Amino acid sequence: MRNTFAKAVTELSDVYPELVMLAGDIGNRLFDEMKEKHPNRFLNCGVAEANMTGVAAGLAASGMRPITYTITPFNTVRCLEQIRLDVCYPNLPVIIVGTGAGLSYAGLGATHHSMEDIALLRTLPNMHVVCPADPVEVKLAVADALRLGAPTYIRLGKKGEPTVHLTVPHFEIGKGISIREGNDIALVSVGNMLPEAVATADKLQVGGISAQVISLHTVKPLDQLLLSGLFANKKLVVVLEEHALIGGTSSAILEWGCDQGVDLNKLMRFGGPDRFLFACGGQRQARKLAGLTAENITQKILARLS
Amino acid sequence: MQLAAQFRARAIEMSHQAKAAHLASALSCIDVVAVLYDSVLRVDPSNPKWSDRDRFILSKGHAATALYAALEHKNFINQSDIASYGKEGSLLEEHPSPKLPGVEAATGSLGHGLPIGCGIALAGQIKKQTYRTFVLMSDGECNEGSVWEACLFASANKLENLCAFVDFNKWQATGRSKEVLGLEPLAEKFRIFGWIVHEIDGHDHSQILQTINAPYSGKSKPTMIVAHTVKGKGVSFMEDDNNWHYRIPTSEEVVLAKTELGVS
Repeated sequence: MRNTFAKAVTELSDVYPELVMLAGDIGNRLFDEMKEKHPNRFLNCGVAEANMTGVAAGLAASGMRPITYTITPFNTVRCLEQIRLDVCYPNLPVIIVGTGAGLSYAGLGATHHSMEDIALLRTLPNMHVVCPADPVEVKLAVADALRLGAPTYIRLGKKGEPTVHLTVPHFEIGKGISIREGNDIALVSVGNMLPEAVATADKLQVGGISAQVISLHTVKPLDQLLLSGLFANKKLVVVLEEHALIGGTSSAILEWGCDQGVDLNKLMRFGGPDRFLFACGGQRQARKLAGLTAENITQKILARLS
Repeated sequence: MQLAAQFRARAIEMSHQAKAAHLASALSCIDVVAVLYDSVLRVDPSNPKWSDRDRFILSKGHAATALYAALEHKNFINQSDIASYGKEGSLLEEHPSPKLPGVEAATGSLGHGLPIGCGIALAGQIKKQTYRTFVLMSDGECNEGSVWEACLFASANKLENLCAFVDFNKWQATGRSKEVLGLEPLAEKFRIFGWIVHEIDGHDHSQILQTINAPYSGKSKPTMIVAHTVKGKGVSFMEDDNNWHYRIPTSEEVVLAKTELGVS
């Protein structure tokens, strides 16, 4: 995803002369082309995320379109107050991009895990929270965030994620995308869980269960129309996210569903536990620890349906 | 000096009426604020978002009454706005809100103004605009790591259109700034970070103006003005008494203070 992100930013920097890329001492080579074309619009801000976020706010307040970019927990939790006060309160068009979200950097340890960022950022007024599922959605998300012109958090995986979309879908922040139709249940996938959701749907199909697969790339604002339809028409609405269950997308759906009076007995949630994960090995193993594998998800869904 | 006395009287009245703290913090920086708004800043109250305006960020947002007095002087706000300070429905809160015309950033949580000022100055540099960006911080604020992150950034990016002040009144909320986190030698720290540094009497208007107008263009360095000040300046019974960080003046004290200031 991060290579696609860098390519998208490089292309869009030609379209938006106000676009300024701020990096927290990462991704240097990825932006070589942009640096060559627009040397004064790529800044390595060093390992100083609070300042980088404030700088982005100052740029945005002066007519520029900044994007901040570094490893997810450093660009979200560490500088949350700058995001809250400098960016969200004045409602400035700053795009905050975290790479290695969820358990993408599982092997790097809990310092680099990011299982709380959705929870924290979605509480901030004016903020949009976007979790692209694959490289195709990454490119579309960056373009749409620039079109939107409001505080936007884009949560990326790492590199090498499979491309799920075979064609370019219509992408709009706040509108989920149906990947595959199905009658019985809905698998609502957030961000990089989409391949796992597709694998789950395949396994369920073997057992005679028809599952719709949705990429809910935007956690805030929620696609209320889509969710209302799912809760009205499906036996189960299953949310999958590489994020803690506390405060994540399924929490957001619970809050919304409670207010709307939908049948929340239909909701099933898969996400990370309320503990730090360690000794994970890689992402695959970490997902096993968190119960975020197609095998485990399928088993739990089958048990619930029986 | 008369203008600064009027600003001080305003701050004292506002603190009394709204029962709002941080009066002494406002009084210590009022001379810098008065010189900036009266003699330096190119701003237009009829077009607060004018893209070529000079920017001023009161990073020590708890001194908001100093800023409000200046915004009233420049007609961004009027007397009835001042009277509404701290009341329901008023945009004049105890810390500045960007919803109020003339306020560039939400300050009050310390350590935010300088990074934002860096971004504004950088935008001017990229777009080749000629405005200057001014940021006023407190000495206690220099406890914040983000101040020093911004100092590195401004220097590395040669933000010569950025001019910051430290209102160096030697106090922070609960003690002497040199004791709380050993802040001194302060000016030396900024020099080492690559800034042009001036140390001045922060109550001497001609010195303030002269220093702001000192050559900066072509120097490829940001400017830091360490303004030595007295907390509670201008009112004898408040000067250098840190109780006035939080104390609210009584009606009698307001009268006494205004008499000392020569403001009726």
